[in-house]
Amino acid sequence: MIMAMQPAEPVPVLSLDTVSVTFGGVRALHNVSFEVLPGEVQCLAGENGSGKSTLIKVITGVYQPLAGARIAYAGRPVETVSPAAARAAGIEVIWQDLALFPEMTVAENIGIRAVLGGLPRRVNHRAMRGAAQTLLARLGADFDVDAPLRSFAIAQRQLVAIARALAGDAKVIFMDEPTSSLTQSETDRLLEIVRTLSAQGIAIVFVSHRLAEVLDISSRVTVLRDGKLVGVYSTEGMTQSHLTELMTGKTFDQSVRARDLPGAPAVLEVAGLSREDDYQDVSLTIRRGETVGLTGLLGAGRTELALSIFGMLRPDRGTIKLDGAVLDLRSNRDAIRAGIGYLSEDRLSLGLIQPQSIADNTVMPVLDRILTRGLISSRKKQLLVARWIEELAIKLGQPTDAISTLSGGNQQRVAIAKWLAVGLKLIILDSPTVGVDVGARAGIFEIVEKLAAEGLAILLISDEVPEVYFNADSVLHMAGGRIIAQYDPRTISLHDLEAAVYA
Amino acid sequence: MTAPSIKAAPTRRNWFRRITAALGAENIGLLLALVGVLVLFGSLSPRFLSMATFDSVAFQLPELGLLTLAMLMPVISGGINLSVTFTANLCGLTLAWVLQANGGPDASVFAFIVGSILALGVGTTAGLVMGPVIAYTGAHPILVSLSMMIFLRGLGEFLTRGADISGFPEFIQPLGHGSLWGFPVPLLILLVAVALWHVLMTRTRLGFANYMVGSNIEAARYSGIPTRRTIVLIYALSGTMCAVAGIIMMARFNSVRVGHGESYVLITVLACFLGGVNPFGGFGRVVSVFLALIILQLLSSGLNLLGASQHLATALWGFLLIGVMVLRWCAARLHFLRITRD
Amino acid sequence: MPSLRIPRLLRSHSTETWLVIILLSICLVLSLVSDQFFTLANLFNLLNTSSTNLIFAVGLLVVLIAGGIDISFAVAASVVQYVVAIALMHIGGGNWVIGLSVAAVAGIGLGAVNAALIHYFRIISIVVTIATFNVYFGLLMFFTRGVSIYNLPEWWTHRMVLFEYQQANGSWAELTLPVAVMAVCVLATWLLIRHSTTGRQLYAFGDNPEGARRLGINIAAMQFIAFGWLGLMAGIAGLVQVHYAQEVVPNALIGRELDVLAAVVLGGARLGGGRGTVLGCILGVLLVSVTQNGLNLLGISPYAFKMIIGAVILLAITLSNAPLAKIIAGLRQRSRA
Repeated sequence: MIMAMQPAEPVPVLSLDTVSVTFGGVRALHNVSFEVLPGEVQCLAGENGSGKSTLIKVITGVYQPLAGARIAYAGRPVETVSPAAARAAGIEVIWQDLALFPEMTVAENIGIRAVLGGLPRRVNHRAMRGAAQTLLARLGADFDVDAPLRSFAIAQRQLVAIARALAGDAKVIFMDEPTSSLTQSETDRLLEIVRTLSAQGIAIVFVSHRLAEVLDISSRVTVLRDGKLVGVYSTEGMTQSHLTELMTGKTFDQSVRARDLPGAPAVLEVAGLSREDDYQDVSLTIRRGETVGLTGLLGAGRTELALSIFGMLRPDRGTIKLDGAVLDLRSNRDAIRAGIGYLSEDRLSLGLIQPQSIADNTVMPVLDRILTRGLISSRKKQLLVARWIEELAIKLGQPTDAISTLSGGNQQRVAIAKWLAVGLKLIILDSPTVGVDVGARAGIFEIVEKLAAEGLAILLISDEVPEVYFNADSVLHMAGGRIIAQYDPRTISLHDLEAAVYA
Repeated sequence: MTAPSIKAAPTRRNWFRRITAALGAENIGLLLALVGVLVLFGSLSPRFLSMATFDSVAFQLPELGLLTLAMLMPVISGGINLSVTFTANLCGLTLAWVLQANGGPDASVFAFIVGSILALGVGTTAGLVMGPVIAYTGAHPILVSLSMMIFLRGLGEFLTRGADISGFPEFIQPLGHGSLWGFPVPLLILLVAVALWHVLMTRTRLGFANYMVGSNIEAARYSGIPTRRTIVLIYALSGTMCAVAGIIMMARFNSVRVGHGESYVLITVLACFLGGVNPFGGFGRVVSVFLALIILQLLSSGLNLLGASQHLATALWGFLLIGVMVLRWCAARLHFLRITRD
Repeated sequence: MPSLRIPRLLRSHSTETWLVIILLSICLVLSLVSDQFFTLANLFNLLNTSSTNLIFAVGLLVVLIAGGIDISFAVAASVVQYVVAIALMHIGGGNWVIGLSVAAVAGIGLGAVNAALIHYFRIISIVVTIATFNVYFGLLMFFTRGVSIYNLPEWWTHRMVLFEYQQANGSWAELTLPVAVMAVCVLATWLLIRHSTTGRQLYAFGDNPEGARRLGINIAAMQFIAFGWLGLMAGIAGLVQVHYAQEVVPNALIGRELDVLAAVVLGGARLGGGRGTVLGCILGVLLVSVTQNGLNLLGISPYAFKMIIGAVILLAITLSNAPLAKIIAGLRQRSRA
């Protein structure tokens, strides 16, 4: 074997070249190259469907690339990649859902590798506990390894997942959307751990489409789009807007939509609203036809505030007024009756009932409207559904098809349609573009604009600052459960707003 | 992912699609099975396609049928009610006591009506105990209804000391054995119950909510469906239907014994699954389940006619369920393969 | 609300702790009100009669841990009883080694049928086992015509006393063979699920099947091991029940499946998988049989047993799913509204 005589260039722990993957004639990856250097922190960025997860599955041996692909672990070429080979080479993936076992103890979760495969043998519980404690200590974490995992919060579970990866003697750890459900302080803690691991020579690859929080920690970012490599960039001076342009291939020549609404009456007036541990002393007003953006990092209390206005979480103090009347919301049915709708950020499991039909999902909150002598009238139901399909230009096969047959963008339109059918005064849109393709996002915001023009009051919640910046009349910044600032998009630049929020 | 575009289906398949849409794909398979059973037994025994078979089916179907209706809605809600048979027993007992306390064979029609109302109340109460436990504590419906079953069985045995209660007035006979315009009365009652349940499930808010709750209870709650109230009402109605079954069973056997029809519990679940009810909840149609019931009863009556034991029918029911589930798996697999090829 | 501080061991084994407390208080009350309860004879009797159910219970526990449910095991045990009785009469009686082997093979085979249907055709376990319940029971009754067998080999029905002790009043306290078999089964199950790598995999699979699959755990193996183990236990329990009853009756065990299920779940196993311990399982079964035994000693009508037991289980399930703290919190919130 000839040794490469290039001491200045570290040997990549993982390198891929000319990797292509097809599914039934569709190219999921096209000549992609990718490499990870020892101990580096890298971002793998791309929209949904850009090929990020396919690439990870090639690296971990779940999918086989087409002939011509060159893959090497630590400089050694690999003929065929298998899950076992990838694991043996120290390649670990922490999936977004973590794939942990909530009923088992922390020690059992971390030590699960040791009990896999081979013939049945005795489990050494003491060694397992000891190893778990050592690994957690390496991450600077100290918690009861005998407690069941279900008693821990997400952030702690993530540490357990990292410890489990380390137990496999990881050289590279891929982290799939690691910050998507962490609060700011938890994210900071995670980044601290990433620095520690990186210093120990373990490479970390963040896989995400929302990279603001991790951009400053990583040295390089690899961008994929439509299964192709866009490029590998240094994160020096990279902004989120520029990254978004790279990921989507579109430049945002959007203009700020903010308007003045002289004389518009207030629809929603929230005063001094507080709920222990969630948000404190929140006051805000939304007027007829006004779109108020609410941004801030995860864990800022945005969703809790929204759920309180929607009647699903009871505030401890403060008042919610709709059209001047104080609301006493015992459940979200009271809120719906009053004319408040809520579009959940979790469309898959809370926003829509995926296996049920488009028609049934649409009429769910408005059953009262389609009754004839107390019974559901299928004619009224059809008319109502047909009207909203047309109004929101939803592309579908049959109204009786399951929601799950629709694309993300069209699902979101159904989710909006179901609330519009109620005849709302106020709609709360919680992260309406999560899991929606960029092209379809513009369509969603066209609907939002139209609704505002029709006089609906809109509370637009998003952690993507450009979304609220371009689409809201005013932007509220929430942090630590309080609204700390209000901005007018016409008097602040996007860059300054981003800097303020991600500071 | 792209949205499915609206394309005109090839005309060759249009008629097929229209028929499947009208009947429901689920029902076509069941109708074929029904025809299969009729042809099979018809060719094996000339006596099969006769009034005698019809009568045997018509008189035996209602007990199982009513209990299956009681099982159906909880299963669609993603739960189960294992206490159906003992609830029915206890309701029968309630009516029997009211009749006995009012003269046994000489009891008045009024006593019967009061007794029946009390029986319906007892059934509903059993459901009203289970419903809130399931809806508010999140305890698994299998466990809640199982312990309710053990409790009701114990209560019934405690109250009757395991004995039969009989001696009822003449006028309740027709409920179990009579005919009206040539149709057996129990069958008519079952048909009314089936129609009622069909309307309840397809046309009322409760029925609609039940499907949504069965598919995804949290998403239903976020959409303003009163999920807890739905579950409580579903189990209460299940109990009410058990009471109807209990009254019919009393009239059919002219006696009440705790433990009567005990083996029906699992058969009712089997009938639901055979009728295409999704074991995870959210989907299932009354009509399909009714078809499945007819098939089960025809199998049993046919074998009986051929002189085979009832137990062979039980075994066949089990095989039938496995067969149908395997076929559904094959169909889903084929569908999947076709989609991935496209 | 003041937070309750609970010691760690109790927190991680809260179900078991509660069961021990309840069991001890029932025992305490019973030994105060009945002078017969706290005698060796009664305690041994309790163990002798609980043996069959405990063997079933630890088998079912493994299936529940792996995320399944089984309705068919009690009927499967009846089938095994017949298979063993008929097979052994053919070879002229045989001995307990042959009997046990036949029972094991037949039991595991019936369990494997369930596992195969669940794994290869992706049918959920409750549907499969309700179907096989009907198939096994229907065929058993059809082929046996409901006839019982009384003429059984000597080794099978011969009562074996492992330990005896004459009490002060002259009566004998006896520990019989079923207790020893039960102890072996419980110990084996404990070793399997608590101390073997296979056991850890079973918990992991029941807890998060998708996570287990991604880790490379063999899913098919898990199903076959879980249902095979229950089949094995059911076969053995069938033998023990015949030893105890001295006869083979086709419908002797029917209905037992739901009683055992209730006891196992009372012991903290979770429908849906991943949770459950052998200790909890034993306590669940004992709680039911001690209650039964106590009611019996107190001279309460045997007909009232089940009613009280049903009510106890219903209450236990309600409370264990909605701990008092949660209910109080819920009330507080409502009153504030």
